[in-house]
Amino acid sequence: MRNIRMGLLLGVLGLAVHAGLAQAAEPVKPSEMTGKELAFDRSLGNCLACHAMPTVHDATSPGTIGPPLIAMKARFPDKAALRAQIWDAAVKNPNTPMPLYGKNKILTEQEIDKVTNFIYGL
Amino acid sequence: MKKLLSLLIGAGLVFGAVTANAGPEQDREALIKYFTTKYPNVKLDNYVNGALAFDPDAMEQYKEIMSFPPFVGIIEQGKKMWDTPFANGKTYASCFPNGGKDIAGNYPYFDDKTGKVVTLNDAIDACRVANGEKPYGLASKEIGVLDSYMRTLSDGMKMDIKVQGPGALAAYERGKKTYFSRVGQFNFACATCHIQQAGARLRSDLLSPIIGQATHWPVFRGGENLVTLQERYKGCFKMIRAMPPKIGGTEMNDLEYFQSYVSNGLPMQASVFRK
Ligand code: HEC
Ligand code: HEC
Repeated sequence: MRNIRMGLLLGVLGLAVHAGLAQAAEPVKPSEMTGKELAFDRSLGNCLACHAMPTVHDATSPGTIGPPLIAMKARFPDKAALRAQIWDAAVKNPNTPMPLYGKNKILTEQEIDKVTNFIYGL
Repeated sequence: MKKLLSLLIGAGLVFGAVTANAGPEQDREALIKYFTTKYPNVKLDNYVNGALAFDPDAMEQYKEIMSFPPFVGIIEQGKKMWDTPFANGKTYASCFPNGGKDIAGNYPYFDDKTGKVVTLNDAIDACRVANGEKPYGLASKEIGVLDSYMRTLSDGMKMDIKVQGPGALAAYERGKKTYFSRVGQFNFACATCHIQQAGARLRSDLLSPIIGQATHWPVFRGGENLVTLQERYKGCFKMIRAMPPKIGGTEMNDLEYFQSYVSNGLPMQASVFRK
């Protein structure tokens, strides 16, 4: 199942199409990945496709579609609200371009928890 | 339909007081207004360059590559195919008005007899069949190579697609609906990236605008990798994890019809480089 999903996810957002940008697949299993790894992975969270993370030094060449993820505790005092944003961004904005990571089962519940913890610390 | 309208509004595309069912010409004008208002410094004609229109540095690099295009050999191959007579002695030129010159901007057109949209590639394959040859197939390499040469005969022609009569209008509307419908696990519509977010960066890729997107096919990616317009559509469908419709099928052709219409008035370019 994981393998099928990984295969489907290749080329997600067109990023893997450019040979120069494609990176070798992570040998780490998603279940063992950290929140940061999940958020960065081009075939899983791929948050950098749209969001800068100004406080993370290796968050290079981010997209500009979404707002920079910074000072998240101040903007989301309630961590559950942050998780909800990642789980289904369409609740707040029905026209959101942000993928519905939980609702559309792009990430598992456990993966969303890890990503939420990572983002919460930014 | 309500969803469609809300997406249009979400994309800042407010069609005055009209509904999502405004005619093709109103759609085209609304899109031009949307982009010229959002990016007042980008000249309309520059949109035939796609994402490059937003990035002068990348445009310079592109010009350098295009001064010695790496793909000329493929176009020469296409010319050879074009000039080689069929077994019956006739040539491709005999199938087209004006010998195939300055006509690519009239494709796709709607054929009232068959009730279907006909793309330039459909017409090339139909020419083969009419002359007793086997069709290449719309997803074949050969059709792309022939197409790449044939379009050099219309370089600079202004896109001039016609939508006349109820059948044509219905096909246009179907294509438009596909363009604005959210599909796939990522729940994107073409419009999400190429209208709403055009000009923004998806990671390091600038997103090109819908206007001008149909004017310069096929493209050669990374040098010699020939990609037809519908192959590019297929790539974008896959990117959002949606099932791509069949190349040359009604859904793809209707999409190309809609997408080509909104580029009307823009100059066509034969064969360009894309990264
Ligand atoms: C394709 C674009 C895209 C991707 C990929 C994406 N986002 Fe977003 N995100 C947006 C946009 C656009 C917004 C602004 C709100 C809106 O339009 O829904 C947003 C808003 C947010 C917000 C709310 C920020 C605020 O200050 O209100 C958070 C948190 C967030 N995204 C986290 C993530 C995380 C975590 C990921 C990856 C797992 C991710 N996003 C992936 C486009 C994206
Ligand atoms: C998640 C974002 C996204 C979605 C959704 C998307 N595309 Fe794209 N598309 C891209 C990217 C990235 C490129 C390459 C950069 C560029 O030229 O815009 C691209 C390129 C293209 C191009 C080539 C432009 C050129 O000049 O080379 C066409 C045509 C196109 N897309 C059509 C479509 C159609 C039709 C759909 C809907 C089926 C669609 N796209 C959906 C991201 C997307």
